Amino acid sequence: MSDPNQRIVITGIGLTAPNGNSLAEYRANLLAGKSGVSKYEIRYIGETLAGVCHFDPLKYQKRKDVRRGTRAGSIAIYCANEAVQHSGLNWADVRKDRTGVFIGITEHGNVETENEIFEISKFNYDTSVWTHHHNPRTVANSPAGEVTLSLGITGPHLCIGAACAAGNAGFIQGLQMLRLGEVDLAIAGGVSESIHTFGIFAGFKSQGALATNSEPTKASRPFDLDRNGIVVAEGGGLVTLERLPDALKRGATIYGEIVGHAMNSDATDFVLPDPTRQAECMSLALSRAGIGAEAIDILSSHATATEQGDIEESLAIHKVFGDRASLAINNTKSFIGHAMGAAGALELLGNLPAFDDHFAHATINLDRPDPRCALPQIVANTPRKMDRVEYILNNSFGMLGINSAVIVKRYSGE
Amino acid sequence: MSADQIRQVVMKILCRIAPDNDLTALKDEVPFREQMELDSMDFLDIVMELRKLYRVQIPEEDYGFLSTMASTVQYLIPKLQTATA
Repeated sequence: MSDPNQRIVITGIGLTAPNGNSLAEYRANLLAGKSGVSKYEIRYIGETLAGVCHFDPLKYQKRKDVRRGTRAGSIAIYCANEAVQHSGLNWADVRKDRTGVFIGITEHGNVETENEIFEISKFNYDTSVWTHHHNPRTVANSPAGEVTLSLGITGPHLCIGAACAAGNAGFIQGLQMLRLGEVDLAIAGGVSESIHTFGIFAGFKSQGALATNSEPTKASRPFDLDRNGIVVAEGGGLVTLERLPDALKRGATIYGEIVGHAMNSDATDFVLPDPTRQAECMSLALSRAGIGAEAIDILSSHATATEQGDIEESLAIHKVFGDRASLAINNTKSFIGHAMGAAGALELLGNLPAFDDHFAHATINLDRPDPRCALPQIVANTPRKMDRVEYILNNSFGMLGINSAVIVKRYSGE
Repeated sequence: MSADQIRQVVMKILCRIAPDNDLTALKDEVPFREQMELDSMDFLDIVMELRKLYRVQIPEEDYGFLSTMASTVQYLIPKLQTATA
């Protein structure tokens, strides 16, 4: 890309995942094969499994703010503040009116609505005790808006509803707003509070797509013959995005450059994926990056441990990448479950340290690879040392046939 | 319910609504808003909590009675006289 102001780089990372509350902790656990899935209880469902985060919301919020806001808001506030700190930005000097917040969400409001219905059920469904906090908690911009309140940001804020492609969609929105000149700093990524709604568990269960396992850490098994569905997780991953010249001017550490992205739609089914469109999405991202498939070193797969989803994505990946042995394909959901709106963000961010340590983290719980997911490049159970890591491609797909791919390049100083 | 008991009920509600505030030195004659972080949504929380706990209906035109602890207690005495703490 000839115009340096169109080059967008990642300069700070804040995250909370079921197995880590900072990039360093998360990465260490991904390399160590440590799962974050545990037993979990939720109203009406009883005991199930989930990826639960253990960050301290009071690190950046008052107790009153936690009470008034939402879990997604707390996650977003934690991640945004961590990203800003990690970026080394002198926050007092940052123009808040030129800063934007762009957060991908799978859904928002289910948790708060369910809670309130449960509450009024104790009052014989008397709606006069329905909380006045309901609307500000459930408007679709709520998590991003809570970030602006926390950090005093007066530029634009949006939540991008993109099912489970939302994390990538948040990055893409941030990148585009920077390229358009609408903002000078973007806080972008994805969050999810979905483990606090029983509906998502019940929905997957009714669909035959909710994982069960007597050993929680073994429950999330993408590409494995013994998989039996999704482990729902919460989490968040937000980054600071800047134009390359701005980042260089302030001497920022650059964790990667977003060089390619794509989003498209299957237009075929509410839930079933379409490998043709997924392959087209990856190809479009490669085209925009100006590279061929042979340039990608690590492919972070979306696979959720549903039979059809895993098989169809494998077909799509094979169509674009073939059997090239130097490609490493991994899957973060095997560690943390499916973090929904945060999935794409966490899955990309956990791979970025590979630019420095040259390891592709593994896909754990892959004991009996499904031959229908015939991808010989899957990194099974132990990390793979890489000869080089220059490009990472991150897939994220979602219901209603939404597909996304983001390509990040190691920043080499050029 | 006695005036003291009503005061304790209101204090418990305030502690839930403003968990970051130390309310041990709350002055009963001074407006809540001058002593603690309390905005309009918090104020509605007081009304809502009383509604949930004791089915007390407080019409909007009476909100002014809830400005201080002393005036709140006085306002609630006739409404809660048959309630138990």
